Amino acid sequence: MGLSNVLLKGADERDLTKLAEYQAIGGYAGVPKARAMTSDALIEVLQTATLRGRGGAGFPMGRKASLIDRSSAKPKYLVVNADESEPGAFKDREVMARVPHRLIEGCLIAAHAIECTHVFIFIRGEYLAEYEILQAAVDEAHAAGLFGDTEITVHRGAGAYICGEETALLDALEGRRGQPRPRPPFPPIQGLYAAPTQVNNVCTIATVPAIIEMGAENFAKTGVPSAPGTAIFSISGNIARPGNYELELGTPMRELIYDIAGGVPEGRELKAVIPGGSSVPALSPSEIDVPLDYDSLQKLGTFFGAASLIVVDDRCCMVQLALRSTKFYMHESCGKCTPCREGTRWMVQLLEKIEEGRAELSDLDVLRSCGTNMLGRVLCALGEFAVYPVASYMQKWGDEFVAHVEQGCCPFGGESSLDGIVAPSDAHHRTVEAPA
Amino acid sequence: MSLTEDVRTIAKKYPDSRSATLPALRLAQERDGWLSPETLREVADALELTPAYCKSVATFYDMYHLAPVGKHLVEVCTNLSCALAGAQKVVDAFEGELGVKPGETTPDNEVTFRTVECLGGCGYATVVAVDHRYKQHVGPDDVAGIVEEIRGAQ
Ligand SMILES: Cc1cc2nc3c(=O)[nH]c(=O)nc-3n(C[C@H](O)[C@H](O)[C@H](O)COP(=O)(O)O)c2cc1C
Ligand code: SF4
Ligand code: FES
Repeated sequence: MGLSNVLLKGADERDLTKLAEYQAIGGYAGVPKARAMTSDALIEVLQTATLRGRGGAGFPMGRKASLIDRSSAKPKYLVVNADESEPGAFKDREVMARVPHRLIEGCLIAAHAIECTHVFIFIRGEYLAEYEILQAAVDEAHAAGLFGDTEITVHRGAGAYICGEETALLDALEGRRGQPRPRPPFPPIQGLYAAPTQVNNVCTIATVPAIIEMGAENFAKTGVPSAPGTAIFSISGNIARPGNYELELGTPMRELIYDIAGGVPEGRELKAVIPGGSSVPALSPSEIDVPLDYDSLQKLGTFFGAASLIVVDDRCCMVQLALRSTKFYMHESCGKCTPCREGTRWMVQLLEKIEEGRAELSDLDVLRSCGTNMLGRVLCALGEFAVYPVASYMQKWGDEFVAHVEQGCCPFGGESSLDGIVAPSDAHHRTVEAPA
Repeated sequence: MSLTEDVRTIAKKYPDSRSATLPALRLAQERDGWLSPETLREVADALELTPAYCKSVATFYDMYHLAPVGKHLVEVCTNLSCALAGAQKVVDAFEGELGVKPGETTPDNEVTFRTVECLGGCGYATVVAVDHRYKQHVGPDDVAGIVEEIRGAQ
């Protein structure tokens, strides 16, 4: 145990964006080791490690590799999801900016496991500095002859949260509008260019070299049994020392918030923690004695998500928080399916009505049922990400919603920390009337 | 090299040339500042796609401009973490300094100013992207200096 420095190992001491520095600490040693194994043996190693995906869903990475249809006559692809656009998340960015070679080494190892010779890294378009560092690292490693017959293409997005959803990402990579695909078929059977494709998050792939270095059995003993290893936790919002902290899975949330990140500053009180990025249900202060791992958080009715905690203090109006969050999901809804396209807009309109004191108590029921009707009826999880947070705010801070209605105005009287916040969608022309 | 040649070189990196659509649109926009109907036609020809197809792709993504924009782009994140850290005060300061509202361009066409969704710098709020280069921990007091810097770089 006691391992908290895997992904970022060595980055505080050395400039690991340089190939020679990365090699000086044993970098790329995993590639020949992996290539000496058969694909089957390597997949076995990855399955033993039980590395769970760090992009949100937590699916075991080795199991995903085992689902790749290697008997297919088509090429196999590995696609790294570096779209990182979940509000609250900024961990992948740090990996790409500080340890790009660890990601590249992970790509080469994972590619060998699925018999892939063309890897794509899809990086969000806004990450310009990170793209430049990553591309330079790819070029340097390639020039040094480390790629063998494998190719790595870094592909830049162009500004769309939905491209983080893996099938939307594949469409964007194929040069289309980034809209999710109906499933099945799932990407391991039919993904990029209709060929078997493995999609993994940056941190998932960047953890792979450590598994080869430590051995799968040793790796599996770290973290918690259901989720070995470390994660880089992004913590932001009303917190004294915001930033990224790499910690073993299972670290208590309270320890991260108070001991490591310094707690809520300015003498304010903790009001809410959104533990996995803005798309997951929030926790109240009485719920933060929970280990930070997938299963523990799920038992509390929320998700590990993108390992990104947003800390909210008592100055924040939860209706405003819900409204700002929902404006994001409305803006990012790709519009392919009706419940999400229409539902996110209705939710925004209802929340505006509540915030402005124009709502009746029955509007709260309409808002709730709007959310309930979206869950399970949408093509991808974005339509659910819009609902989870709002439903949790209404459940845990319901009094505040009621107070808006009963007082006919926001009870914070203009003093909420989110008061007047302008969202990008506010610049759009309104074409739909608010429901009466 | 011409845009067409550049686009075709990029297209060769992919098993299917259509995959070069996003990079091609970015390249064209870097050259012309925005994606005019003429520019979209040029991209379409280079990739042997239709202009309508290229436009349908371009409209999907926030980073493409389908109308002229200022020479410089200032984007302030107002998503949750930045908002909790006081991003609106930064927005207000830019509005005051530039004399335009989010979504608008200054009359001299120098600066387009807008609010954007999370830029992935939430722990370093407020995040402001100036021509896609991040400035972090921006407070309202930093805004005058940033605007001066932009205007000085003209
Ligand atoms: C709307 C939406 C946005 C997503 N954004 C991301 C993202 O930015 N990065 C990411 O790795 N996964 C994201 N995911 C999850 C991916 O669909 C996919 O599960 C993940 O990339 C798989 O990698 P992993 O198994 O290594 O976690 C998103 C999912 C949805 C529904
Ligand atoms: S749920 Fe929303 S984002 Fe997902 S496919 Fe449907 S409309 Fe698009
Ligand atoms: S909320 Fe502003 S960068 Fe993420």
